[in-house]
Amino acid sequence: MKEVRYIRAITEALREEMARDEAVFVVGEDVAYPGGSFSATRGLLEEFGERRVKDTPISESAIVGLALGAATQGLRPVAEIMFMDFLAVCMDQIVNQVAKARYMFGGQYRLPMVIRTPCGGGLNAGPQHSQCLEAWFAHVPGLKVVMPATPYDVKGLLKTAIRDDNPVLFVENKALYGLKGEIPEEEYLVPIGQADVKRPGRDVTVVATSRMVHQSLEAAQTLAKEGIEAEVIDLMTITPLDKEAIFKSVEKTSKLVIAHEAVKAFGIGAEISAMVCEEMIDCLDGPILRVGAPYTPVPFSPERFYLPNAEDVIQAVRKVLEY
Amino acid sequence: MQDSHQMLSMFSTMVKIRRVEERLLDIFAQGKIPGFIHVSIGQEAVPVGVCSALRPDDYISNTHRGHGQAIAKGADLKRFMAEIYGRIDGYCKGRAGSMHIASRELGIIGSNGVVAGGIPISLGTAFASMYKGNDRVTACFFGDGATNEGAFHESLNLAALWNLPMVFCCENNGWAEFTPQKVHTRLEDLSLRAAAYGIPGVTVDGDDVLKVLKEAEKAVARARKGEGPTLLECKTHRWFGHFAGDAQKYRSPKEIEEVRKFDPVLKFQNLLLEMKVVTPKGVEEIEARVKAEIDEAVAFAENSPVSGMEDLLEDVYA
Repeated sequence: MKEVRYIRAITEALREEMARDEAVFVVGEDVAYPGGSFSATRGLLEEFGERRVKDTPISESAIVGLALGAATQGLRPVAEIMFMDFLAVCMDQIVNQVAKARYMFGGQYRLPMVIRTPCGGGLNAGPQHSQCLEAWFAHVPGLKVVMPATPYDVKGLLKTAIRDDNPVLFVENKALYGLKGEIPEEEYLVPIGQADVKRPGRDVTVVATSRMVHQSLEAAQTLAKEGIEAEVIDLMTITPLDKEAIFKSVEKTSKLVIAHEAVKAFGIGAEISAMVCEEMIDCLDGPILRVGAPYTPVPFSPERFYLPNAEDVIQAVRKVLEY
Repeated sequence: MQDSHQMLSMFSTMVKIRRVEERLLDIFAQGKIPGFIHVSIGQEAVPVGVCSALRPDDYISNTHRGHGQAIAKGADLKRFMAEIYGRIDGYCKGRAGSMHIASRELGIIGSNGVVAGGIPISLGTAFASMYKGNDRVTACFFGDGATNEGAFHESLNLAALWNLPMVFCCENNGWAEFTPQKVHTRLEDLSLRAAAYGIPGVTVDGDDVLKVLKEAEKAVARARKGEGPTLLECKTHRWFGHFAGDAQKYRSPKEIEEVRKFDPVLKFQNLLLEMKVVTPKGVEEIEARVKAEIDEAVAFAENSPVSGMEDLLEDVYA
């Protein structure tokens, strides 16, 4: 095992997949010569050359459209959109083109492309550089949406995403870029579409994504001191959602809290909550509570009243345990 | 001096497009086709002129008004018709319909219902050609209205910068849906926009198929040699409304009548008769062949089943 930062695990995944498969190329703003504005693609240009690592103008629609066209011809583009907020700039290409091309053209195409993009606040980057918008894309059939929380998961999932023959929206978290974690020396993959029980427990299920996985684990540690054992499930993939993992846990605990950094209203927590109520109402022993951000844009400052944290998860767990 | 065989072939294709579009208007009026169709009557010289300059393994991206392009790129009329009818034997299993016809094997990347939506995608097939080291060219079709979308500008800039093997073909029929060109841009010649990206821009009479072919051949040759993209503006005329059934109340009746004088099919027919490349009897034979092919295609489409509930859920993911 070795210790790497989340950002470097991304670079390793890219490097390994580019070495393994000549069809893989990287495209985006500042990805080649500068090595990426967050340094995710550092060293790739030097190793693989200009043909396979492409700097583009500031043109998100062109970047995503180019990736789509190239994918129809069997190439495996990994496009970077610098901030998740900027997906809004190229929504037509993502929603009306990428997500629909396989289905509406009658299955003629496989679209083995990845769009990598960082979400999340905590760096005072402001309202247009801090959003978590996974709910928008989970709502569009035809995309896969992946949100890894650890260096181990980000490397394994990115390799899987690149090998997947479907369009994958790979949502990293900029506040986690510096996070250190242990990964194997040898090659490994993490499957898309499977959630991971990061901490088993019997008293309450906490389903979390991205940075809130770490906040939920912290909350679980605090709660354990009071004899409350929380089971923390890291979704890892938003779509296709691992419903079985959620059901299995709720069957055991009867209590569910969902924690995401995205705005609570209309977030993925709402979908999970509705789904569990529809299919497992008899297992539930109380309401399903969601932890998420307030219904405002992300403030530049202060973020501490805005971003959900471990304390919010603890309070939600306590509330749900009253039933 | 153009090859007679090629000219006859081009003429046949133009006749086919015209008659297919006329038949579709008729079928549509009978309520037999779901959704909307956008016919290209009056514009036949553009797809035929450009596609005649392409190889079978070249790519095209297409628009909602793309029946001409699909036919000119070699679409099998039976599968084409079945797709417009929304039947399972269509090119896209009936899921695409008129606006989204695609054929991977013919190099028709896809037709797009979003104006300018296909332009960025065509960058990708061109990039793939360069990446793989083959000399396949991508011709990207769009109308005058599309040249005002941001996606158009981003795409021309990137194609120019990376010298992508492309021809950007603007089929300028003077109308962006219900809005005439002089109300949507200050420019008279949209090919001027090419200068903003450092690439050549050419305006050609889009109702003269031989002129379109000549300019298209130049542009395709440039692209194939690695000299980069060209913006080829073909000025043509739209006879009918934006969609079938559009009464065109926004257009003067005089103009609607006058555009028919530019008939590219009749113009080419007269030229071929004059040059004795074809005889009046020869024209009749072509028309008869085309009619038979269309009849067969319509029968095929009408007999093809609509997809079932179980087909609905397929192909979301590979």
